[in-house]
Amino acid sequence: MRDILAFDIQVPLSPFSLVVKGEVDPGVTAILGPSGSGKTTLLRCLAGLTRPAAGWIRFRGRNLFSSTDGVFVPPERRNVGYVPQQYALFPRLTVFGNVEYGLKARRVPARQRHEHVRDMLKRMGIEHLASRMPGSLSGGEAQRVALARAMVLNPDYILLDEPLAALDPQTRHHIREFLRSVLKEASCPVLCVTHDLEDVRHLADRVMVLREGRIVFEGRVEEWVREGPPPEDGEREAADLENKGAFDNETEIES
Amino acid sequence: MMNRSDQSRSAIRRDGRVRERKKWFAARRRALETQSASSLSAVEWAIGLVLLLFLFLPVLSLFLSVTPQRFLAALGEDVVREALGLSVRTSGMALLVVVIFGTPLAHRLAVDRPFPGRAAVEALLQLPWITPPAVAGLALLMAFGREGLVGRYLAEWGVALPFSTAAVVIAQAFEGSAFYVQSARQAFAAVDRQLIEVSRTLGAGPWRTFFRLELPTAMPGLVVGAAMAWARALGEFGATMLFAGNMQGVTQTMPLAIYTVMERDLDAALTLAIVLILVGFGLLWLLSRLRQHLS
Repeated sequence: MRDILAFDIQVPLSPFSLVVKGEVDPGVTAILGPSGSGKTTLLRCLAGLTRPAAGWIRFRGRNLFSSTDGVFVPPERRNVGYVPQQYALFPRLTVFGNVEYGLKARRVPARQRHEHVRDMLKRMGIEHLASRMPGSLSGGEAQRVALARAMVLNPDYILLDEPLAALDPQTRHHIREFLRSVLKEASCPVLCVTHDLEDVRHLADRVMVLREGRIVFEGRVEEWVREGPPPEDGEREAADLENKGAFDNETEIES
Repeated sequence: MMNRSDQSRSAIRRDGRVRERKKWFAARRRALETQSASSLSAVEWAIGLVLLLFLFLPVLSLFLSVTPQRFLAALGEDVVREALGLSVRTSGMALLVVVIFGTPLAHRLAVDRPFPGRAAVEALLQLPWITPPAVAGLALLMAFGREGLVGRYLAEWGVALPFSTAAVVIAQAFEGSAFYVQSARQAFAAVDRQLIEVSRTLGAGPWRTFFRLELPTAMPGLVVGAAMAWARALGEFGATMLFAGNMQGVTQTMPLAIYTVMERDLDAALTLAIVLILVGFGLLWLLSRLRQHLS
């Protein structure tokens, strides 16, 4: 059985519908596309937060969603690592409490739980923040906590929604390097929605380009650089794609 | 003929005059502005003070109308003690009923998408705000009275609600529920949706997410709503009077007791009134402390 996440789903959106079919191999797949092209909706469907109108989602052959069989596995039973754009740390829990939250929900015994949390905090280099409240963290620290909270559960697949967008450029550079090493270790399928070509260059193995709810390109990063879809008139993404040529520069497109 | 230095000297003098005049205008304008602002605030404060006095004087006279000795003596009277005890018991029960039945509804209204008939539900929840308590009492009697819509079936089972302590609780819950549900709903709606979604992806189901995340986060709003509902239940008069009657020790709560004993035992009425006012201010104080503590 292959270690992959596969999907073929339809979600009505306005003004167009999301109609996508694909497979996500282990490693990092960047999802590119203009605002409103359905990137976040795709992520939400895979997380189980949005229920597609039709189609199926499978992980290692297990149906997570299937409209024909009437299967819909809710997010709490998917074993997914989901990091939303603003990190969404629980404001009333300490950093330790945040990372511990999912283990508690899974009824991991306290002793084991504390051990896992401590290990994860150490791995993320944030053990010194354990007793801090989220409100007092910097953007980069919060990002690490959110990542630790998702990764401590050893998820089957990881979904990152613009993981670096909320950071200032210097921190972003730092965290990107860090993210790369962490995701490499995880060795499970990772989907990462982004607007930033630097993210694609440094983090991704593969690229999936969405436009108006359709996948217009899917392939390895090198292939995308060589033969990605041509820019279209009046499209924000045109700027992204034109900048491919200047791939080595610090290129960054605002959302 | 003026030479060059004369010219420049007169220019300087002219500049100086212009500058002075500008300064004078600016000062005059400032003075006018501050003057008009201060006169506005003076007038507003003067009028506002009348209202404050109007609110304060009755409270003050209530406290001045009875000496501490007479206050304590009245506290020992049966009618006062029974009313106090009954009020505490019934309003506590009413609050419990309101919280148990109001919390789930408030949560659903906060998180569910608009559904058909939602406007009707909203209107129903505003009902206790807009109906006079006497009307509520009459309506309760028509529903749960011996001949009432529901009451006639209850009577067959041997349950008679009107003119019982249970009727007091029902009247108070009817009046207090809207305050609690509105406040609780706002509190639940203010919980960040993203936190709830993350909680779900972390393996916490809807129940666990509700009890471990939404309920604790919304708690300050729930407490404020509960306090408002309790205050309303404690002060309930009209609906209780019509639906539960006015029997000492059974349905005669503090407001009813004040009304009943006012003519023959003013001290007792004053004592009950002072207790109610102290409880009210105590509640306000507690809530403000709570808000400071939680923010």
